[in-house]
Amino acid sequence: MNWEPVIGLEVHVELYTKSKMFCTCSADYFGKEPNTHVCPVCLGLPGALPTPNKQAIDWCVEIGLALGCKISSSSKFDRKNYFYPDLAKGYQISQYDQPFCSKGEITITGGKKIMITRVHMEEDTGKLTHATVEGKNVSLIDFNRSGVPLVEIVTEPDFKNAQEVVDYLKKLQQTIRYLGVSSADMEKGDMRLEPNISLRKKGQRSLPNYKVEVKNINSFRFVEKAINFEIDRQSELLNSTKLPAQETRGWNEQKNATVSQRSKEEAHDYRYFPEPDIPPFEFKNDYIEKIRAAIGELPDTKLERFKRDFSLNNYDAEILTREIETADYFEEALKAGKEAELSPKQVANIIINKKPDILEILPATLIKNYITANQTAQINESQLEKAIDEAISENRKAVEDYKSGKQNVLMFLVGSVMRKIATKIDANLVRTKILEKIK
Amino acid sequence: MIDITNLTIKTASEMLASKKIKATELTEAFYKRTVELNPILNSFITITGEAARNQAKKVDELIADKQKLSPLGGIPFGIKDLFSTSGIKTTAASKVLEDYVPVYDAAVISKLKNANAVIIGKTNQDAWAHGASGENSDFGPTKNPYKLDRVPGGSSSGSAASVSANQVLAATATDSGGSTRQPASFCNVVGLKPTYGRVSRYGVIAMASSLDTMGHITKTVYDNALVLNVTAGRDEMDATSSSQKTEDYTKEIDKGVKGIKIGLPNEYFKSLDLKIKETMTTAVKKLESLGAKIVDVSLPHTQYGVATYYIIQPSEVSSNLARYDGIRFGNKRDAFGAEAKRRIILGTFTLSSGYYDAYYLKAMKVRRLIRDDFINAFKKVDALICPVSPTPPFKLGEKIDDPLTMYLSDVYTVNINLAGVPSLAVPAGFIDGLPIGMQIIGPDFSEKLLYQIGHAYEQETKWYETKPKL
Repeated sequence: MNWEPVIGLEVHVELYTKSKMFCTCSADYFGKEPNTHVCPVCLGLPGALPTPNKQAIDWCVEIGLALGCKISSSSKFDRKNYFYPDLAKGYQISQYDQPFCSKGEITITGGKKIMITRVHMEEDTGKLTHATVEGKNVSLIDFNRSGVPLVEIVTEPDFKNAQEVVDYLKKLQQTIRYLGVSSADMEKGDMRLEPNISLRKKGQRSLPNYKVEVKNINSFRFVEKAINFEIDRQSELLNSTKLPAQETRGWNEQKNATVSQRSKEEAHDYRYFPEPDIPPFEFKNDYIEKIRAAIGELPDTKLERFKRDFSLNNYDAEILTREIETADYFEEALKAGKEAELSPKQVANIIINKKPDILEILPATLIKNYITANQTAQINESQLEKAIDEAISENRKAVEDYKSGKQNVLMFLVGSVMRKIATKIDANLVRTKILEKIK
Repeated sequence: MIDITNLTIKTASEMLASKKIKATELTEAFYKRTVELNPILNSFITITGEAARNQAKKVDELIADKQKLSPLGGIPFGIKDLFSTSGIKTTAASKVLEDYVPVYDAAVISKLKNANAVIIGKTNQDAWAHGASGENSDFGPTKNPYKLDRVPGGSSSGSAASVSANQVLAATATDSGGSTRQPASFCNVVGLKPTYGRVSRYGVIAMASSLDTMGHITKTVYDNALVLNVTAGRDEMDATSSSQKTEDYTKEIDKGVKGIKIGLPNEYFKSLDLKIKETMTTAVKKLESLGAKIVDVSLPHTQYGVATYYIIQPSEVSSNLARYDGIRFGNKRDAFGAEAKRRIILGTFTLSSGYYDAYYLKAMKVRRLIRDDFINAFKKVDALICPVSPTPPFKLGEKIDDPLTMYLSDVYTVNINLAGVPSLAVPAGFIDGLPIGMQIIGPDFSEKLLYQIGHAYEQETKWYETKPKL
């Protein structure tokens, strides 16, 4: 194939703040009775005004810092104007030319850096469902989701293939979960993504003169499938000297294909202008540093530290740091393990191999259980020694008999030892130990 | 029945407090007059008899219980139909919202209710606050109480007419381009455009978000200050509302104008209608005789005001009216009147890609210069005085066919909105029996000073004594 994919990615992450972005309604909308988390503001009623959620903005800045972005010293919200039934005000409050964060990066497996163009805040729309009510086909709108805070993370078109995209997404998801600002769950819809895919001739420097946006991807598996499908579809067109249409396509699970949704021939004119209802922001250095200080240890740093401080190999360290909950659990378990003179490697093995339910079993309890199980074995060890010494001293004649050639006396001695110990023991082991002692 | 002809908020409040009259009596009298005059004036879209009576009853109970009332307790108010009133139809004088009933109160309404004011009804206006005459109402125009073939001004046409005609003692209004000051001037009443952010916008149907101010209209300057005492203040629901401390706006209101420097911006006085110029000159001389020092000043960017305003305002209007899609409430967008459609199209154009820089962005830059003009002028003087309208109240139908002529009549008012500064419109006399007002403009949050100047002038001239013959 003489075509090289040029892929950029837009990811939307829903923050799990208590309230929505511009009103005090609960932002926890998933699975709730429709239109029960609403108020004049998120319903776009006449006269309602937005008031920004400070926690959401703090978290957006945190995400930006975690991704190595520069934080704008001045920033603002803008109105993105368009009509759609799930957009209550007829405009979305978003950010246009002065996003909170810009110019960051994520390093994916292999060391390649994906540049992040911007990280900004906006509000989510309501949700449309299509149903049949009294025999009629209707569209129903649930505004519970309207106004939930969204962080949008946009990359440069740096990806060359689907694997890189999946890698990036996993990294991004991990970072966001580490920060504790969102569950970033694709299936639940709180992490949504739209790749922009186009192809150019291998070696060509300039960007292709078209791009296709793909929506409706809700799992890592589909990311790969959709991107690969698009690459194939577009190369076929280009190979027959046809230019792929600039459009938005949707991933269709049943068809295992992307399907054209609407033409994106010209960029929609959103008539962006600064949001007059929200005064612009000035971020001073001490605010930014305060947010930066609140960021805990990030995955990459933790991974390196685990390898260095605990002498773990990359494989083990990667498993332990995959989720912050596991990593924290491990470090707690280390404390208990240290008291029991277990090495970090041993503790790591316990967790990796036994896969405990970290929500159910306390780290200290896990270690304690492990010690108990082993001590039983150890108790046998010393018990055995004791029993053998006893048996030998009690049966001096039998020992003499064995030494003078009566081999089957050994079994009598073994039996004697076995009777002394309650737990089952390997007879051969006993025999070996007796022989060691009497030789 | 009591004679309510010469009542003000101040005197009515005193009568209620001294038990010379009951709140229910007061309400009944104003309610009756409202109902009587509405067919003639068309100043109200909705009249809320039952609710008003209940509110008045509650006030009487509080008085009987020896509770101290706010000066606004028991005072009959008209509410411009842009203000959301829970359970009471709020139409913005448009067919789009002809049956819309809000489920919540605007911040100003909550404050008035807490002060136990009595709501007599929702006043008529130009639909969506688009207009300077009241003729853009989808429910018929309001008439000027002084001459019924004349406009009362707009967009707060019903609010001004109802106070002027003594249907109510006060009315809420809005001012984004002159909509409180101009009708107040046309109806011989007092209208305040507060500093942008002084009064919460929450719950008021938005016209142009960066220009909208929540004003009010009363018979006298002192009354006006009493109302601002209740409506002013920071509101957490309005991110643009100011944290600037409020004060008692009636305090030292009779301080007088000795030594106060009043500027006359020369741009507002050239090519002024001769009769209006005469009225203004007489008024200024009166202030001089009271001890004010009159200074000539310049606001060099005045001439760009109307053009700047008519780019910024429709841009914001086009976005603010996008929520009226007929899905969740109200009627569909084809119910918009001609003026609303005009502004939506204009604003969509000025914000559109390829034009944003040349229009909206440019206008915002000019706006900065216009504001700087005022800031610079206030380094030399304490306040400014100038006319409100280029003409006396014109005839119904006279300007309605030419929107541009109507827009041009905003020339003396819009720059104040663009700058965000406060302005108090007070009666200044009559021309051929028609009221003419003037505006007193001050720096941000100088409402107290404006009231001082206005009160001094008012007490010397007592124009409010010339009532409409209704």
